[in-house]
Amino acid sequence: MFSRALPVLGPVLVAAVLSGCTAPPPASGVHDPYEAENRKVHAFNKSVDKALFSGGNKKDAIPEPVLRTVSNFGGNLGLPGKVLNSLLQGRPEPALSNSFRFVINSTLGVAGLFDPAGSSFGLPESDTDFGETLHVWGAGEGAYLELPILGPSTERDLAGKVVDSLIDPLGFVLDGDDAKIATAAKIGSKISDRLRFGDTVDSILHESADSYAQTRLLYLQNRRFELGMQVENDEDAYDPYADPYGQ
Amino acid sequence: MTHMRTPTASNPTRRAALGMIGGGLALSMAPVPAFALSDAQARQLIDTALGEVNAAIASGKSGAALYADFERIFVRYADVPVIARSALGVAARGASSAQMAAFTTAFRGYISRKYGRRFREFQGSRFEVTGARPVKSFYEVKSIAYMRGESPFEVLWHVSDKSGKHLFFNIIIEGVNMLASERTEVGAMLDRRRGNIDQLIQDLKSAG
Repeated sequence: MFSRALPVLGPVLVAAVLSGCTAPPPASGVHDPYEAENRKVHAFNKSVDKALFSGGNKKDAIPEPVLRTVSNFGGNLGLPGKVLNSLLQGRPEPALSNSFRFVINSTLGVAGLFDPAGSSFGLPESDTDFGETLHVWGAGEGAYLELPILGPSTERDLAGKVVDSLIDPLGFVLDGDDAKIATAAKIGSKISDRLRFGDTVDSILHESADSYAQTRLLYLQNRRFELGMQVENDEDAYDPYADPYGQ
Repeated sequence: MTHMRTPTASNPTRRAALGMIGGGLALSMAPVPAFALSDAQARQLIDTALGEVNAAIASGKSGAALYADFERIFVRYADVPVIARSALGVAARGASSAQMAAFTTAFRGYISRKYGRRFREFQGSRFEVTGARPVKSFYEVKSIAYMRGESPFEVLWHVSDKSGKHLFFNIIIEGVNMLASERTEVGAMLDRRRGNIDQLIQDLKSAG
């Protein structure tokens, strides 16, 4: 047991320390000291995306129900990790609902291919990750990062991703071919989502005047919302009538 | 605060766009007394506007004719001049009134095309208004959007009566703010034209 727990603890601590070291996050606004490097990565990601996903043919080649099934399967395998993170955050409620979700979809949902938990039991996925756990533990957001292939992130979320891959409970249960299948399913799930939401991603990535800035804005705003960082502070609310020029 | 989480990184962007599509065309602020917007009224207003949007789609029109319908709905329910001015940001200060008028018209068409084009993705969705409250000089209407095959997500509508009637001027979908997004976009377009507003207006006429 300890031999299993130890390799996990190391990265957790490293990640916590790393995140703690970065500059305190601005409550709003963009902290992007690596913009020049990030933009290069963005250009690379964009070209990869274009090579893989451009053209309506590829998009329409796979029917939506198939994409959804692949997405369900991969998403289901991600649930144990989310349960663990909810527990680390001291949030038993989402841990419980995701546990039920995992059990229902793994059985009634035929190993997670379908989503009866969401459609019939009113148990939508409660998303979380170690990046959120770090936030709950008080780590700052750090600088904005765009990662190759993985896309927009922050220093804190990158640390979270690394730790998530190491502490995934599935990784302790599965080995050999099963583990490979699980990894492939998760990657397949991401690709399915890219195809399912193709038009919207296309419009941001390939039709924006500055797709880097647009991606950064959308990611940071949504991430802060997810983490509850946008406390309901009415003073910060944007009122164009008070400030028509939008300073 | 409940968080409706998105299962993937690509989801939020989609929702943002979808929310703008629906939201941009959806919120109706018919004549109601200032600061007397109740939940029931808000719900009814959103239903009314969404009904108009759905009717436009069901009409069987497509392309330019459909976008023209969306543009009319947008003009009826949104404070377009304020949204346009805000998207232009500080550059609006240096613009002449003729430029502002031309920019506002071009921006209106751009928004209608941009969000109207993918409106079909939004069909079959349902909004449930969960509350309304005053913020600063305006009202915030909170709603939950239910889309087929998706976890429910939060959409906030910012509504003001400063124009003389209730009109929406901003939509915030899971934290993603339409005004901020359009300001980034229009700002980048203006940068590309080295700050030339007339050229920006020409670009906007074919953008979206």
